[in-house]
Amino acid sequence: MPDPAAVPPALPPADRLQRAFAAEIAAAVAKYPAGRQASAVLDLLYLAQAAYGRITTEAIEEVAAVLEMDPTQVRGVVGFYSLFKEEPHGRFVIHYCTDLPCALRGADAFLPRVCRAFGVPGPGETSPDGLFSVEEAMCLAACDRAPMMQVNLSYFHDLTDERLDGIVAALKAKAAAGEAVGPPFGFGSVRGVAEGVPSVEAPS
Amino acid sequence: MPEQHIVLRHRAIPHLDRLDVYVANGGYVQLKRAVTSMTPAEVIDLVKQSGLRGRGGAGFPTGLKWSFVPAGIDKPRYVVVNNDESEPGTFKDHEITLSNPHQFIEGAAIAAYAIGARDVYIYSRGEFWDEMVHLKACIAEARAAGHLGQNLFGTDYGVEVHVTPGAGAYICGEETALLNSLEGELGQPRLKPPFPAVAGLYACPTVVNNTETLANVPQIMERGPEWYKAIGTEKSPGTKIISVSGHVARPGNYEVPLGTPFAEVLALAGGVWQGRAMKALLPAGASAPVIPAETAMGMNCDWESVAATGSILGSASFIVLDETTDMAWVAYKTVRFFQHESCGKCSPCREGTFWMKKILTRVVHGEATAADIPLLGDVVRQIDSKCFCPLGEFALSAPRSTLAQFEGDYLGHVGAPRP
Ligand SMILES: Cc1cc2nc3c(=O)[nH]c(=O)nc-3n(C[C@H](O)[C@H](O)[C@H](O)COP(=O)(O)O)c2cc1C
Ligand code: SF4
Ligand code: FES
Repeated sequence: MPDPAAVPPALPPADRLQRAFAAEIAAAVAKYPAGRQASAVLDLLYLAQAAYGRITTEAIEEVAAVLEMDPTQVRGVVGFYSLFKEEPHGRFVIHYCTDLPCALRGADAFLPRVCRAFGVPGPGETSPDGLFSVEEAMCLAACDRAPMMQVNLSYFHDLTDERLDGIVAALKAKAAAGEAVGPPFGFGSVRGVAEGVPSVEAPS
Repeated sequence: MPEQHIVLRHRAIPHLDRLDVYVANGGYVQLKRAVTSMTPAEVIDLVKQSGLRGRGGAGFPTGLKWSFVPAGIDKPRYVVVNNDESEPGTFKDHEITLSNPHQFIEGAAIAAYAIGARDVYIYSRGEFWDEMVHLKACIAEARAAGHLGQNLFGTDYGVEVHVTPGAGAYICGEETALLNSLEGELGQPRLKPPFPAVAGLYACPTVVNNTETLANVPQIMERGPEWYKAIGTEKSPGTKIISVSGHVARPGNYEVPLGTPFAEVLALAGGVWQGRAMKALLPAGASAPVIPAETAMGMNCDWESVAATGSILGSASFIVLDETTDMAWVAYKTVRFFQHESCGKCSPCREGTFWMKKILTRVVHGEATAADIPLLGDVVRQIDSKCFCPLGEFALSAPRSTLAQFEGDYLGHVGAPRP
């Protein structure tokens, strides 16, 4: 996985995606029949998000150019889905579930503690150090393990104050070590980032 | 009645997600048998005989759906696996994807052979990112071992299995919205008919099946349709994974024969937590009318028995609510979900969910007046039967049923005396 930060800033912006992910783009388009490359738009938007850090106008234009789509259509697609971020956000995006089943097991009451642990004033905001954005999420298909969250789309279940502190410390250490976690979504997987706090249940 | 693991076989077989373990336990033998010794029509007949019904919500007979793919059309055909799992309270396909992925991949490949498809698309919700990485590795390994791919088992049949991501939109679980999403369009529902079996992906014949549905198929073939039919009830054969969440001691997935009494499912989940009594059950996530505890305790878990209570089994995501639950707040939470997920295509749903959320927000924040309660009922009636797709109707289930059966919980919020 190429580190997007390593892409030289001198590159013309309309190439960032293709420079960083040529092989991934080819593999995504190859999944679909000839002439149906628009089917790869979601695959490419994730890649573009990784290459550009978020979905910028340039990112949309480049995706449209690669897939021979109308940029307006690509912009429409971006707005339709919740996992594409057009606004700046922290290096780690936390999706904390406050939907009904989790809320029945105390997720709403735990939300302020999640915000505090990540140093975020409230949901929808980013910590002053630019590391963490916390967002409330709808059901994430892990309601039996509430309270739960995803960090850059990796699962963390059964949260307690202790576990939260461990996760926050591990993420901070990862960032401080300058480890390439990549921008959130797709290429920012932090699976298993904190020792003893597996993000994805180990398949039994 | 104990659990019976046809799909959740990994509970008894450690590391079943590994190809070697899956193959050591009969894996890909049924795909080979289908491709090398059965005609597509024979495969469809076998699945028809088993009585298998779709596990994605509607319970449509699977073999019948496969048989709707028209013969003699000179177009590609497709199998699409609906792995979008976004209904609040549903987490079964997540477990299958993590712990028993080969079984539904094999089932999807069998479906592909049965309808003459050469490409399978597994559409997974975008949040299953790490899971999709795992899935792609499983597929690549199976392909390298000759269980998938071209010239399968020495025949001229071939099937490729692709993984494609959603990006955070519940409506893309609706099959026609899913197909639009897969074509690079906005994930909004299409008018039906035509049904996907006739004109689905790229206007070609397409079978869309849920992950759990397809995971049943290899076992049905291995053990025979008669064996399968003998499990469950006459009209709802087989087992069903029930995702139990909310106020129970042991939330989780429980795979039981269809027709199992709800009381036994509740007992499997450790009963209501903290020694409390149950108030009500939401049997199909946020989408179904609420069932009062007394009714639920006498109900069996199959499509017909749940329908007889006036609710729906759906994909069997049981959200258990204990006696302390405020049902107006429950309605608020479900409406908040549907307002967030309304795709915006039709105004009754787009506007209606907005207004219901506004009213219910006032109610749960203690800012409502007594007039807001009949107003909520009015909004429900205005949206009723006017929506383009089922999501808009799902959004009405909790407010309508809680207003009808637990009005006191609403009155408590507006300072009006409880009846
Ligand atoms: C709003 C809405 C959401 C749905 N979400 C899902 C879903 O997440 N997964 C699923 O398999 N089916 C879902 N369905 C049902 C599908 O439209 C379709 O019936 C199903 O995938 C067919 O597969 P089956 O016959 O194997 O059940 C949804 C339907 C609606 C109306
Ligand atoms: S009912 Fe709602 S989700 Fe369905 S088409 Fe209309 S706006 Fe979209
Ligand atoms: S409600 Fe939180 S994961 Fe389902």
